Amino acid sequence: MRFVRFLPAVLVLAVALLPLAVPWLKIILTVALAKGLAVLGVVVLLRAGQVSFGHAMFFAASAYSAAFLMQGFGGMDLAVLLLAGMLCSGAMGAVIGLFVVRYRYIFFGMLNLAFSMVLYALLEKMFHVTGGSDGMAVGRPTYFGFELERTAFETALFYSSLVLAGAACWCVHRFLRSPLGEALSAIRTNETRLEYLGISARRVLLIAYVLSAALAGLGGAVIAVNQGVVTPDLGYWIRSGEFVFIAILGGAGNVLGAFAGALVYELVRFYAAAMAADVWQMILGFVLLGIILFASRGFVGLYQDLVAVAAPDRPGREREPKR
Amino acid sequence: MSAILLEARNLCISFGGVQAADGIDLDVRDGERLAIIGPNGAGKTTFLNICTGYLTPAAGSVRFRGRDITALAPRAITRMGIARAFQSPQLFHEQCVIDNLLLAAAARERAWNPFRPLRERPERDEMVTLLELFGLAEHAASMVDELPEGTRKLIDIAVALALRPQLLLMDEPTSGVSSLEKFRIMDLLVNALAVQGVTSVFVEHDMEMVERYADRVAVWSSGRIQSVGPPDQVLTDPAVMRDVIGV
Amino acid sequence: MDPILLVLATLDGIAYAALVFLVAVGLTLIFGVMRILNVAHGGFYAIGAYAAASLVLSVSGADLNPWLTFPALLVAAGAVGAVLGLVIERGLLRHIYAKEEVLQLLVTFAAFMILEDVQRLVWGVQPYAATDPVRLLGTVEVMGIPYNAYQIILLPAIALLVLVGLRWFLRHTLSGKVITAVTEDRETAITVGIDARRVFTITFVIGAVLASLGGALASPTTAIQLGLGAEMIVLSFAVVATAGLGQVEGAALAALLIGLGRSFAVYLVPELDVLIPYMIMVLVLLVRPQGLFAVAEKRRI
Repeated sequence: MRFVRFLPAVLVLAVALLPLAVPWLKIILTVALAKGLAVLGVVVLLRAGQVSFGHAMFFAASAYSAAFLMQGFGGMDLAVLLLAGMLCSGAMGAVIGLFVVRYRYIFFGMLNLAFSMVLYALLEKMFHVTGGSDGMAVGRPTYFGFELERTAFETALFYSSLVLAGAACWCVHRFLRSPLGEALSAIRTNETRLEYLGISARRVLLIAYVLSAALAGLGGAVIAVNQGVVTPDLGYWIRSGEFVFIAILGGAGNVLGAFAGALVYELVRFYAAAMAADVWQMILGFVLLGIILFASRGFVGLYQDLVAVAAPDRPGREREPKR
Repeated sequence: MSAILLEARNLCISFGGVQAADGIDLDVRDGERLAIIGPNGAGKTTFLNICTGYLTPAAGSVRFRGRDITALAPRAITRMGIARAFQSPQLFHEQCVIDNLLLAAAARERAWNPFRPLRERPERDEMVTLLELFGLAEHAASMVDELPEGTRKLIDIAVALALRPQLLLMDEPTSGVSSLEKFRIMDLLVNALAVQGVTSVFVEHDMEMVERYADRVAVWSSGRIQSVGPPDQVLTDPAVMRDVIGV
Repeated sequence: MDPILLVLATLDGIAYAALVFLVAVGLTLIFGVMRILNVAHGGFYAIGAYAAASLVLSVSGADLNPWLTFPALLVAAGAVGAVLGLVIERGLLRHIYAKEEVLQLLVTFAAFMILEDVQRLVWGVQPYAATDPVRLLGTVEVMGIPYNAYQIILLPAIALLVLVGLRWFLRHTLSGKVITAVTEDRETAITVGIDARRVFTITFVIGAVLASLGGALASPTTAIQLGLGAEMIVLSFAVVATAGLGQVEGAALAALLIGLGRSFAVYLVPELDVLIPYMIMVLVLLVRPQGLFAVAEKRRI
């Protein structure tokens, strides 16, 4: 049973090699990685005990900024699109964040939802600018200066996303362990004490909010280029709900869980959604209820339990916080 | 007479018709241990809440080292050098003891490098020493919510001291501790305060504690300071004994 | 602004506010008692609307007295609200009262997702319209402008009736007084022997019925289609947040404020009509974070 501890490494390797064996899978895997980045953003906020029901707005904002850049300049480099997407959603996160970090729990969640509904409505209504519900086409950008063929670009995009996901994981992991990250989880446990340490809970949450918006933005830029089209649906509340769902599925508050959750979700959706299109959200809803009521630690919790069974003397590195 | 560190003038505040503070004048002198005593619900905790910016008084002002801090937020006042321990301990209950202290130390040092783990902070040894002062070094890695209330109260005080304040405000530091233990803990606490050179104010119900550990005592009754002075004078005043101690 | 448009915008606003109020007041009532923001409320509204539209269409199609469509609206609303309210409170919320606030929010969100697909499964994706009740009531003239009586007389009348009825219920009946007691001080209410579980069930069912009543009454004038619930839950949250969570009378005023704001925007700046309710909410919250009518509470330390 000792192999269990290498499970994450094996999984990463499998994901990296899969497209070599099954080339058409890479588009789906890229989608999963893009969503995983947005989910990572949701995970950062869950650390503070806050859930955003509107994070798809940052996903969409960045995707549209990629579309505008491609249209406005008649082509652009992938690196610029990714960077611009992150900046755009990060800036939007800073503005919206200034308002929403004043609130917690219900208000935090619902105000995010409200802002995302506004963005969705604007994207749909401003037909002459955004193309309404038909959306906008996004051409194929250059890849760090190179013009690539479609398949080559898709492969390059997939591996780039994998690297970005890895980098994002590392950064967020370090961030959550830094004093700032620890202060972030202190918002959930005792905001009064935090203030009495001379730390502004709002400022800590704002930093986390901008980070989480930028992560969602990075994912949004990837998905815009991967799909070649952006529509208001990218910012619809169902998409936000999906991010929250995946974050809980993967294991609330866990960095690797975000991507594990996103991969499983996207693969299952690919095979099952066609069969169960009408009840897909219903299935999500029931699974979400099941996780919350019976297995609140998600995939990561299952994995930690496995490790504990395999090597009782070496418990999982992370201690599961008590509720 | 030593310099005045904190100066409260004419503080007034009321809650639902009850006048918790009705023209309070009170000074805290540099280096002293000032106890505040008085009946339950008299407004003693309210005084701590006003001094730390948790409540804004309807009238009056608080000055700390000559600066007006009346309208400041708790975090700003904390950064100026006033720390607080609470009647019921306010800790990060999902983190272990040393992390609670390290976060305070990081806040004090304004150490916000987002890529450097809290656990690798250079203040670690200092925090362990602080825990040793309270005889709590063995609990460094314990989760806060696994410890008994009395221990958590001490950790709450240690967290406040980790900020290296000039002034520490405490709310019944030994309530929830067995009467056998309270003198031992108070000795440890007084020693820690002396080591760091911290001025302190503590709200107290236990007259034994006040007699033994306070340099001065203020009697708070019906929103007013009835008398202030050394414990041996104040606690033998017949009016104080009748109104506050109830003898 | 053209005076005719002014009158029209006002009338639209009042009609709209009446509907939003019905949904928002249930949301705020449930929050006051249970401290849970029920996101599934949007689902109650939408299913109430679908059920009412179906029932009205079958009454209209069955060669019965067309006036029967009015009781049909009420029957649909009552049935949907009672069944869904009971099932969700007993089957789901009962298990999570002790959980963290975030998890409670997620559970009602999950219930909302499930209800969305219930609509898709039962009613499909095509929009429904059941306009008989509007036609039957005809129009009235308001300051020389003809306007349909359903929206400008019936809806506000029902909203007022609910407001007055709810006030009376909360102040003068035993159940109502118990609900008020739990809203004001849950711990004390429970220590004096109030059965919180029963209070929760009653409150939740009342709230659910009000939401589906809102949906049912909206069905004759709105195209009933998927996505209706999401819009309504966010909008009624805006109303409830503007008024202050738990404020029943405040919700009526906030609904009017937001309803009028929105209808004026429709005439003046049509591109921004969806923005106006949220702008009102954000402005109010910036000045009074606890909402217009709620009193800010501070944690005891």
